[in-house]
Amino acid sequence: MSRPSRRLVLHRGAAGLAGAVLAGPAAVAAAPAAHARPAADKDHPRAHGPAGHEMPEPFDEIYEGRHIEGWPEEGGHGGHGGHDGPHEGMGFVVRIDNDDLHVMENANGSWVSVVNHYETFTSPRGVARAAVRELNGADLVPVVTG
Amino acid sequence: MAVRKNQANLTATEKRDFVDAILELKRTGRYDEFISTHNAFIMSDTDNGERTGHRSPSFLPWHRKFLLQFEEALQSVTPSVTLPYWDWTVDRSPRSSLWAEDFLGGDGRSGDGRVTSGQFAFGSGKWPMNIRVDGRTFLRRALGAGVRDLPTRAEVDRVLAMTTYDAAPWNSSSDSFRNNVEGWRGPNLHNRVHVWVGGQMTTGASPNDPVFWLHHCFIDKLWADWQRLHPRSGYLPTTGTTNVVALNDTMKPWNDVTPADMLDHTRFYTYA
Ligand SMILES: [Cu+2]
Ligand SMILES: [Cu+2]
Repeated sequence: MSRPSRRLVLHRGAAGLAGAVLAGPAAVAAAPAAHARPAADKDHPRAHGPAGHEMPEPFDEIYEGRHIEGWPEEGGHGGHGGHDGPHEGMGFVVRIDNDDLHVMENANGSWVSVVNHYETFTSPRGVARAAVRELNGADLVPVVTG
Repeated sequence: MAVRKNQANLTATEKRDFVDAILELKRTGRYDEFISTHNAFIMSDTDNGERTGHRSPSFLPWHRKFLLQFEEALQSVTPSVTLPYWDWTVDRSPRSSLWAEDFLGGDGRSGDGRVTSGQFAFGSGKWPMNIRVDGRTFLRRALGAGVRDLPTRAEVDRVLAMTTYDAAPWNSSSDSFRNNVEGWRGPNLHNRVHVWVGGQMTTGASPNDPVFWLHHCFIDKLWADWQRLHPRSGYLPTTGTTNVVALNDTMKPWNDVTPADMLDHTRFYTYA
């Protein structure tokens, strides 16, 4: 709640929403962020090997006026293994305007997030874009548990 | 013995008592404790790690216990209240009496999805979203927007016909009754209803919408219906299995209740 980026995020969210209205969602979605890594340009379908799922590609783009980015978690296990701790099962970091979007990989390689928890998406980028649409300009807040 | 009724058959008084008891739990903060407890499992239940509330065999007994606890909380306010169930194979329209002003209130408005009718509308001042995933503090719905149709009776019957309660790998990829009811496979029953309602119901903080309880009450009834159809099929797994709750293992967060304790719902209530 007290992260310094909060106010900034709110401003960016509001500005982004206005931008999306002006330019149209498709136009904004098609424009990658200036500092996007080359590998993030396409939403790659992933190869599914018998040994498990490959980690999806990182991404970094502006989607409907929101900055969405994602990358494999440092020392991430793609949700595999029995590690304890708050990031159990969180093999991929996804952020919307610098706020964490809790995501989870399903056994079949699809993804859900805390915003869209009961439907699946083919990639973390897909789940991030769905969250942007669902948020409708709102900012993510840390989720209270327990 | 408590009798849980179809919400479509509740009297005006029963509807009012149910809504008022919920509002009282909200006022005292107890309602939000249910949401945050549910959040903890939504966030930590994973297909390859420990899983108790969702995507695992104990999805059904865990929610049965969770609903029992909520029902007991309601009864501490008004002893005659029981959880009603929403048979979404029958009441499948945004015009259903479920969504009327005198019960759960209606669909969200266009633009921001805010529910504006009934006691749970933000304007009533009685239903703030305190436990939430985003900054919005009002209840939202988008009935039929995320997915057009609720599951049909034929789809439910197809799932009820499955003979195996659950199967390895005991997660969202299992070919089993439990996983088909939950909706990760097959016609998508439970998950689809969350998406059909939209708003908070699509999020990890879904109990913010009181329809959560009526939806899960019907899922609970489907489990009882399945048991009656398959008297020789029991809860699985029966023996210790990594990361999941076996028949006689205790379930978090209670740690004193097992799936075996939850198998016979008639110890606690019956369905009308
Ligand atoms: Cu749940
Ligand atoms: Cu549910």
